[in-house]
Amino acid sequence: MVKVKVYVTLKEGVLDPQGKAVEQALDAKGFNGVSDMRVGKYMEFNLDANMATENQIEEMCEQLLANPVIEDYRYETEEVVSS
Amino acid sequence: MRFAVVVFPGSNCDMDMLFAIQDALGEDVEYISHRDQDLSRFDAVLLPGGFSYGDYLRSGSIASFSPIMESVKAFAQADKPILGVCNGFQVLLESGLLPGAMKRNENLKFICQTTPVIVANNETQFTSEYQQDERIQLPIAHAEGNYECDDATLEKLEQHNQIVFRYADNPNGSKGDIAGICNEKGNVLGMMPHPERAVDSLLGSADGLRLFQSILVNWREHHAVTS
Repeated sequence: MVKVKVYVTLKEGVLDPQGKAVEQALDAKGFNGVSDMRVGKYMEFNLDANMATENQIEEMCEQLLANPVIEDYRYETEEVVSS
Repeated sequence: MRFAVVVFPGSNCDMDMLFAIQDALGEDVEYISHRDQDLSRFDAVLLPGGFSYGDYLRSGSIASFSPIMESVKAFAQADKPILGVCNGFQVLLESGLLPGAMKRNENLKFICQTTPVIVANNETQFTSEYQQDERIQLPIAHAEGNYECDDATLEKLEQHNQIVFRYADNPNGSKGDIAGICNEKGNVLGMMPHPERAVDSLLGSADGLRLFQSILVNWREHHAVTS
């Protein structure tokens, strides 16, 4: 079994209204110097080891987990150690 | 003419759509479940607004994998008319029947108001009863109607006259003031404003009715129905 962690954010160059609002809120609270805030999604799931190929995970991201029109994704995998 | 209104779990404008066809337009219409796959008895398919699957993941993303959507794609291939409104538009985008995607509104708020919309192309089967560049009043009600596409796609939309409606006073940040687009063949229209909620002056506007009348007029022309 493999744990897959997927991060989805709006593509670079696509304006992120939510990120902008959060950035301004941080500034309003006195946390200055913040720029390029992007708000995204984090997903994690377990995947049978024999299914956990790069190709398979990328297909999952392209077809459903991210919308390639406006979003970028990246992912990490780690072995699930069964106790 | 026989219309189908597709009901997804979380659709909430399906009754408005049924009312628009049955009571305002006076044509046959029935609900069809997202689990169904047979659209053979219908002449037009309507995807209503709402929050299919609770807007989980992205608006319209889960609904775009419903069993019915394979039939909707075949329906589009067969050059038959398909209209997606609001969440229905988002489903059409997610299913790849129309290009682009929706982002959160620029002001991050759910916007619910009547807004002026310009008919940017009256040469479609959905807009032939409008004047070119006519300014009409339609309600909008959405949090994710901020249309986004890359510059190449926008150029293509412009080139092929696929931008059917534009906001006169862009409320949500949409690229190119886009309120509604059609596919290249012109038989699939997606729009954020709700024509089905503007079919009687008692509702504040009857400007949406002519959209449904356009579909009917064009269908009759093609099918030479005399009744």
